[in-house]
Amino acid sequence: MISKKVQNIQPSGIRRFFDLVLGMKEVISLGVGEPDFVTPWPIREAGIYSLEEGFTSYTSNKGLYKLRLTLNRYLKNRYGLEYDPDNEILITVGVSEGVDLALRAIIDPNDKILIPSPSYVSYGPVTELAGGRPIYIDTRSTGFKLTPQLLEKYIDKNTKAIILNYPNNPTGISYTKRELEEFKKLILKNKIFCISDEIYGELTYDFEHTPFATLKEVKPYTIYLNGFSKAYAMTGWRVGFACGPEEVISAMNKIHQYTIMCVPITSQIAACEALVGGRSYIEQMKKEYKRRRQYVLERLNALGLEFIRPQGAFYVFASIKKTGLSAIEFASQLLKQEKIAVVPGDAFGKKYSDYIRISYASKFDNLKEAFNRIEKFLKRRQKDV
Amino acid sequence: MDEILEILEKDARITAEEISKMTGRDVSEVKRLIKRYENQGIILKYKTVINKELLREDTKEVRALIEVNVTPQKDLGFDKIAERIYSFSEVVSCYLVSGTYDLLLVVEGKDLHTVSNFVAEKLAPMENVRGTVTHFLLKKYKEDGIILKHKEENKRIAISY
Repeated sequence: MISKKVQNIQPSGIRRFFDLVLGMKEVISLGVGEPDFVTPWPIREAGIYSLEEGFTSYTSNKGLYKLRLTLNRYLKNRYGLEYDPDNEILITVGVSEGVDLALRAIIDPNDKILIPSPSYVSYGPVTELAGGRPIYIDTRSTGFKLTPQLLEKYIDKNTKAIILNYPNNPTGISYTKRELEEFKKLILKNKIFCISDEIYGELTYDFEHTPFATLKEVKPYTIYLNGFSKAYAMTGWRVGFACGPEEVISAMNKIHQYTIMCVPITSQIAACEALVGGRSYIEQMKKEYKRRRQYVLERLNALGLEFIRPQGAFYVFASIKKTGLSAIEFASQLLKQEKIAVVPGDAFGKKYSDYIRISYASKFDNLKEAFNRIEKFLKRRQKDV
Repeated sequence: MDEILEILEKDARITAEEISKMTGRDVSEVKRLIKRYENQGIILKYKTVINKELLREDTKEVRALIEVNVTPQKDLGFDKIAERIYSFSEVVSCYLVSGTYDLLLVVEGKDLHTVSNFVAEKLAPMENVRGTVTHFLLKKYKEDGIILKHKEENKRIAISY
């Protein structure tokens, strides 16, 4: 009875491992894909106040005008990016909805969507649901970095778009302006879209984050996706935004208005407050993540686990090849023996079953304890071998 | 402020080795800087924050905020009289403030009586003290940036993408 299309979506191979984690008590988890901070109080307070004042209605499909206008000003001030609040900005249920809308808005049957991998879990399945063909570009041999050469090799006449995600989940790899310029040339030359998922943009530690749309001439080909979840610790509010050419945003809004209608008004009002008064909180959290990153990398080095130095987000993608275990075996044993949870690399692409994703969105004491236990776990294994 | 100080201000028990791992600076450099901050009096003390709200009732201490009006002294201003006041061990904190009074004290004693006696017998009769107003603290919610609550429970699901 279930549609072929849905049946064909591969269930995640690590679902069982997730259930194992969720069924166990007192686990220290380095497997969490969201900040450990709670939403800063002024933002929560704005949400509460809006409820007290009786803001409980629908908003316009595209989102509260006030939020779109605030976004327009914010993007101008922060990045020099100009998007018309009337027809180039759409408020979405997190970037997740943004990805779905963007893909559904542009895909015709059998269009190819390029996905540099390892990648966030939803891109492939959502592409398939939209009737497109996900084409995964393995970046392992180039340090988890997409290169212009790799990209060029994959673009053909059926290519409709590439999904860029930087800083990347799960690797934390990001791109400098100069690197992005190279992708831009190919995008302009081949007239394909770039769906740019920059949800971790504010959490870039080694250089300034460059939104793809700020590069000259490429704005008409860019669908810029971002949101409030990671930078402002607002995952549960489910609010993000999509910016792009009027034609694309209007197509996305067509789907959005019939499926979602609008993002909850409470979340939209809170998001306004985030943009206006949230800067100092971002800076504080970023500082903390940066320290944790340094700490985690030092510990990984000491354990002799290889990784490519992440430049943003709050993840490290570490190789566990030398243990001789598959990522699922490694993660399961670590969980059972030491009560530490990590995400097996398989979640982010079939080819990454010798990697684990470690999230450092966790208090320092937890990180310390977790690495002490991982150290114990590895030492015990060495002895056994 | 130096990152080392920021880290230590939040957690005084973090070791130089850990700070070194967090900041990417040499352990020896971190140790040397901490020593220097200690010598310069920038780092004054390492102490433990105790949530006394959770202690047994009869072991709790009583705190009061006391507003003090004083007559400043020639050449010395408020410093001398402040020193005479803050030298009492009952005085936990002492600030010179702007507004309707001059010094704001935090005074601690084992019960109401002790604090009242301190005010009546030591503080109020002082030569340059013109008047005092005492506010006993009834409940502490937050102190020095720390919310006095039981440990926060974890609200995130244990694993997610």
